[in-house]
Amino acid sequence: MSEALLEIENLSKRFGGFVALDSISLSIPAGERLGLIGPNGSGKSTLVNCICGTLHNEQGGVRFDGKKLDGLDAHRRTHLGLARSFQLPRPFASMNLADNIRIPLLYTLGARGTHLSKQAVEERCATLLHEVGLEAKSRHLPRDLTQVEMRKLELARAMAAEPKLLIADEAMAGLTHSEVEDILTLLVRLNDNGVTVILIEHIMSAVMSFSRRLVVLVSGKKIADGKPDEVMCDPEVERAYLGQ
Amino acid sequence: MIFSFDLLINAIVSGILIGGFYAAVTSGVSLSFGILDIVNIAHPAFIILGSYIAYIANATFGIDPILAAIIATPLFYVLGTAIYQVYYVSFEKRGQESLRGLAFFFGLLFITEVTLVLYFGVDYRYVDARYIGPTLHVGMIDVPLRIFVPFLVSLLMIAVLQLILTRSFIGRAIMAVAQDQLALRLMGVDPVRIKRIAFGISIATASLAGAFLIIIQPVEPSVGREYIGRVFAICVLGGMGSLPGTVIAAMLLGIVESLTATFYGPSWAPAVSFGFLLLTLAVRPAGLLGR
Amino acid sequence: MRTPLFLLIWLGIAAAVFGLAVASGNDYVFFAGYVVLQYVVLSTAWNILGGYCGYVNFGSAAFFALGAYSTVAIYKFITENDFYRIPMPVLILIGGAVSGLVGFGMGYLTLRLRGAFFAIATLALAVVLQTLIVNWDYVGGSRGAYIVRPEEIAPFGNYIRYLFLIMLLLAVAAITIARLIERSRLGYGFATIRDDELASEASGVPTLKLKLIATTISGALMGMAGAPFPYYIGYLQPSSTFGLDYAVNSIAMPLIGGTTSWIGPLVGALLLGSLQQIATVTISSAVNLLIVGCLLVGFVIVAPNGIVGLVHKYFQRKPDEFVGRRRVETDSPETVP
Repeated sequence: MSEALLEIENLSKRFGGFVALDSISLSIPAGERLGLIGPNGSGKSTLVNCICGTLHNEQGGVRFDGKKLDGLDAHRRTHLGLARSFQLPRPFASMNLADNIRIPLLYTLGARGTHLSKQAVEERCATLLHEVGLEAKSRHLPRDLTQVEMRKLELARAMAAEPKLLIADEAMAGLTHSEVEDILTLLVRLNDNGVTVILIEHIMSAVMSFSRRLVVLVSGKKIADGKPDEVMCDPEVERAYLGQ
Repeated sequence: MIFSFDLLINAIVSGILIGGFYAAVTSGVSLSFGILDIVNIAHPAFIILGSYIAYIANATFGIDPILAAIIATPLFYVLGTAIYQVYYVSFEKRGQESLRGLAFFFGLLFITEVTLVLYFGVDYRYVDARYIGPTLHVGMIDVPLRIFVPFLVSLLMIAVLQLILTRSFIGRAIMAVAQDQLALRLMGVDPVRIKRIAFGISIATASLAGAFLIIIQPVEPSVGREYIGRVFAICVLGGMGSLPGTVIAAMLLGIVESLTATFYGPSWAPAVSFGFLLLTLAVRPAGLLGR
Repeated sequence: MRTPLFLLIWLGIAAAVFGLAVASGNDYVFFAGYVVLQYVVLSTAWNILGGYCGYVNFGSAAFFALGAYSTVAIYKFITENDFYRIPMPVLILIGGAVSGLVGFGMGYLTLRLRGAFFAIATLALAVVLQTLIVNWDYVGGSRGAYIVRPEEIAPFGNYIRYLFLIMLLLAVAAITIARLIERSRLGYGFATIRDDELASEASGVPTLKLKLIATTISGALMGMAGAPFPYYIGYLQPSSTFGLDYAVNSIAMPLIGGTTSWIGPLVGALLLGSLQQIATVTISSAVNLLIVGCLLVGFVIVAPNGIVGLVHKYFQRKPDEFVGRRRVETDSPETVP
């Protein structure tokens, strides 16, 4: 049995007196398609922030690809192969789409020792934008994009960092059915190419069709972890999350 | 440096008294920066403005400076609301407050100071009142009335502010707007209007604070600059928006400054408040995600 | 345009400017021109941290003054110990090194703070540095320090011409460095810090390291601008050298000119600097500062992208024509978290 790609051990995070995460443990092997669900405020985004280094957890630890992440800055974690998209897209507003994609290519790939020629960088930008269907707007600024296009840019930028693990944080909120399908196709394709994906979503149809494993977070605690069908039948999950 | 108990006690008392005044000066910034997150670096300039208005009223009509300041307070309130409106439309709405908002207030600081210089020149101005001059003697402690009276009125002003913030609807709306604007909107209250009122109150405090200043010491336009560091140091140390915290932090700073001036000399005094500020910033956890 | 060509062109322009100044036959041109050029360097330096990275430095005067005072300290050492004269370019490098080091130190202490706190901290640092200098008697303390400027220096004649030329070369160096940064990977990194620091980190940009680089370069350039100043002014006083006038100008000029590229600070400094020179002579220095303050507030409200931004708007580029490297200031949406 191969060692887990992402190993979270007893992770806890408080904000003052409020416990956002209560001793979360999770082990994710490479190639997994993990769905993470839970009501609003259950701590999903906090968990992502702790994994990625945007927030610092008080207790517990995270291991990625065998390395301890504690104390590492967010950008170093990205260099190691961890990427995420933000719940509310955060594009670099002053530069066009191609330049947005260029940043991880310049900085993350550069840090790994992959030095691409100017030509190669240009080609990769174009390829990535093509993969998400945004190549027509490659010279536009983010403010010219629609909601779904912003989400795609967000994913493309995360993909540009050539991650081993991608965390898609509510990448489909507010999208139409066909737009959701678009994003799902992207994620499936990524996973087929070897990228481990953690999908955080409220859209149950998407989660069920994509995930091979489902984790449920409620009030900062992990209350279920297993095959999607089994988890959904779990009475505790029904009570805490669906039964409302 | 002659160490004597007499000197020490007087330095500490002096520090506490001046601290009360510092708290009044900072109260406006506690509102604008501590609660509303607006970096009004020009606040000291408005205080100086208050000083000059008190000066004019006192020199021309012989009115008591504190009384003059109370009369002028509504004018300052209106000024505050006007400035906030410009700030909101130009920066807050567009999300540009970090660079341009700061530059805006910095520019205001300058404009105010230079306008005062052009109008009044750089001579020191002072006011006349019955309580400027006499000193109370309590045992070995000297309490100059010109510091004691502002100290008392400062605490009174802060008490009134605290009552407004905690008991009145407007006050609680102000506290709420800092925490959850959406909830406020859902209650049918316009957050922008609340912030405008809050900022107006913030500037209104400058009127009284200015009167206190010119009672305590002679004033000329660039005096405000010394207060920038003090005011933000106290605000941050006092817990960003807590008025009681502001009072305690202000007195602490007052005491440290007073001890430094007494035992090391006044030329080191500016470094104290600004050094305090740096220390406070270094110690308080403030990362990328905010306070 | 490649950098060496850019540098060559601007050196040519500088030579032409110098030639014109000499031809004018009026030494005042050199005196006034020196101040304007000094502001070109200061604004360009400020903009590297302020415009490119989005971190406002209120303490420009401190870095400028440190450069000036390191020259004073060396001067005192030379005159008291009958040391041989150190040439100006070396003094500039030393001034730059001192300020650069302090810039690095300040960055290390304060760059983890949120933008607003950082700005206030820079102000605090400037005052602390000023207090330290005021209490340092070796450089004259609050009494000030006198520097005896040589009358002449071959082959320029009047020493002021030499100073003018030095500042001219420094200005060219400053804009070349700024442009080099802008077009490099570093410049892209700076821009992401300004746009969204969180997303920048998540994309793999070592934000703290880059910010430190920015503060160090910015501080060093300001120190270099300050190093020749004692020779220019003859009598150095802490209150004026550390004056807020430098702070307000080094902020106003890039904001009025335009913060996204090296052109903005240049335009802002040339325009505003010249305006101030005229105003100081014809009206008064207080009115001069009032004008700066009003222009700053006015531009920041009405034309946030500065003069360069206005020019861009005038030529109304359509989105399709956007060249990859051109970056603009944008209005962020209201819902930025």
